[in-house]
Amino acid sequence: MTGLATVGRKAVEQREALGNALVRLGEEYPNLMVLSPDVSLSTRANKFKAVFPNRFVGTGISEQNTLGMAAGLSTTGWLPVVVGYAMFVGGKAWEQVRNSIAYPHLNVKIVATHAGINVGADGVTHQAAEDIALMRPIPGMVILAPTDANQVGPVLRAALELQGPVYIRLERAAVPVLTEPDAPISIGGSLLIRPGVDATIVAIGSMVAMGLEAADRLASEGIHPRVISMVSIKPLDEAAIVQAAFETGAIVVAEDHSCYGGLGGAVAEALARLCPTPMEQVAVQDTFAESGPVDELRTKYHLTSQDIAQAVRKAIARRREAN
Amino acid sequence: MSPARVSGDPDLSPVHTALAAHARRMRRNIIRMTSAAGSGHPGPSFSPVEILAVLYFAEMRVDPHHPDWPERDRFVLSKGHAAPGLYAALYEAGFFSEETMLSLRQLGSPLQGHPHVKTPGVEATSGSLGIGLSQAVGMALGLKRKGNPARVYALVGDGECDEGQIWEAALAGAHFGLGNLVVFIDHNGYQYDGRVSEVMGLAPLGDKWRSFGWRVEEFGGHEFGEICGFLERSRKSPEQPSLAVAHTIKGHGVSFMEGSQEYHARCLTAEEARRALAELEAQG
Repeated sequence: MTGLATVGRKAVEQREALGNALVRLGEEYPNLMVLSPDVSLSTRANKFKAVFPNRFVGTGISEQNTLGMAAGLSTTGWLPVVVGYAMFVGGKAWEQVRNSIAYPHLNVKIVATHAGINVGADGVTHQAAEDIALMRPIPGMVILAPTDANQVGPVLRAALELQGPVYIRLERAAVPVLTEPDAPISIGGSLLIRPGVDATIVAIGSMVAMGLEAADRLASEGIHPRVISMVSIKPLDEAAIVQAAFETGAIVVAEDHSCYGGLGGAVAEALARLCPTPMEQVAVQDTFAESGPVDELRTKYHLTSQDIAQAVRKAIARRREAN
Repeated sequence: MSPARVSGDPDLSPVHTALAAHARRMRRNIIRMTSAAGSGHPGPSFSPVEILAVLYFAEMRVDPHHPDWPERDRFVLSKGHAAPGLYAALYEAGFFSEETMLSLRQLGSPLQGHPHVKTPGVEATSGSLGIGLSQAVGMALGLKRKGNPARVYALVGDGECDEGQIWEAALAGAHFGLGNLVVFIDHNGYQYDGRVSEVMGLAPLGDKWRSFGWRVEEFGGHEFGEICGFLERSRKSPEQPSLAVAHTIKGHGVSFMEGSQEYHARCLTAEEARRALAELEAQG
């Protein structure tokens, strides 16, 4: 786990950082190639296209072929980065990710934007609330979730430095900036956002800021939870989880993802195996969401800081009962 | 290896004679390895044997001692269930030992039931139908953009053309002007559940690919002269991918296997294997 950093709350979209990071890393990695299944305007991969037209491959609306082509490209000296919506590059092309990329352990990076229900108005067909659960069981797949826009570049860099498949999960909604620009991240590591002793909120992406807000709400009640951004969902930072369990005795996992098989599942598996501890989940329940403004969706589907604060109270109460 | 230059009467061509000998040995080894494994797809492995023989022994630049040589030509077996056919070709070309070949489908063997890149000489992981051709398209585009002169060859099943991903790849191959990509459709007319025409009609198959922007030829897929001529013409198509609708016979080469759907996904009994090997032996 590395340093604490809370430098501001300005909300920035992760995809804006993505376009710039692709250009910067494209300069450093002459073999970096970006594949876009007809979403480069939305994902901002078009910034890369403008600078490196010969290393940009527009693949049309064909995610399965796109992931397959990326596999083939990676065997000819290129470092392919597929940039597309999580529902389609992770969902529609799941089998290609598994069989064509992960099984031969090819060096392909998948940047999945528009993850979670905070896609908002586009509705359920575009709200990938199951992508982590789809990626986690694929052997050798690394799953990373930048905390905010500042971490998109470092996370992408870490992925490029690793040999093998990586799935990077980005969200569409503007995410409050919580981290220092270009703070280093490590695969298998997490980021301590706020120290605390009474409970631990383990969150990813936009829910990290929600966790921080929840911590602010709870402070007035004399409850000081630790807040961790689990940037590396797989491999999971189990050391940070175990330490949090021992030191705080109550865990809340918060994610804009289904309550099944996502970060909550990963943390629960680690806790059950290493140090059983009361744990609560703030996640999308067993339901499809719907179209709507992001804030209203979060309220209706219980992904707010109030929901997290309530889950923390509940986890602490369970710990007390257990004691 | 340099490309074959075939001329004159095919029956008299020494190149064809040599290729026919390769093909006979490959068929024998397909039976030996599937019988040793106790499972596999001998029928679908038999139909593309002449195509594989031409590719590995008269067309592709590959080096079994340097399987990762960057300028090697690539072959992608998109119809991955014909893996024994590919393994027979790779063994024949010297990529691995006889012992390794006969370890097909055994625990710990590099020869998986369907192709995986850990097998020396295997360029793409395939077997789930539809996924191989996209990888071949990616390879061809990658080589082209690197200025690498290597060429990419792929073998696609006719039934495999039911898969939507094949047609996504078809669009991309033409769109990117991949003249370094050559595809054979092993058109043996059968898929798992029966005749292709009855399960999911594909006709007119050649016209479909033509309309997708490919240079298409159609011929008998067991004819060395036809295969070699098509490959030679493919080299003169710098900006357009080439595709052969190769009419083949499932189980070709063994009388009781020819045209039979029975050997699609089961190996021969000990008695059938003995008869088949004897038949192939008698052919020379």
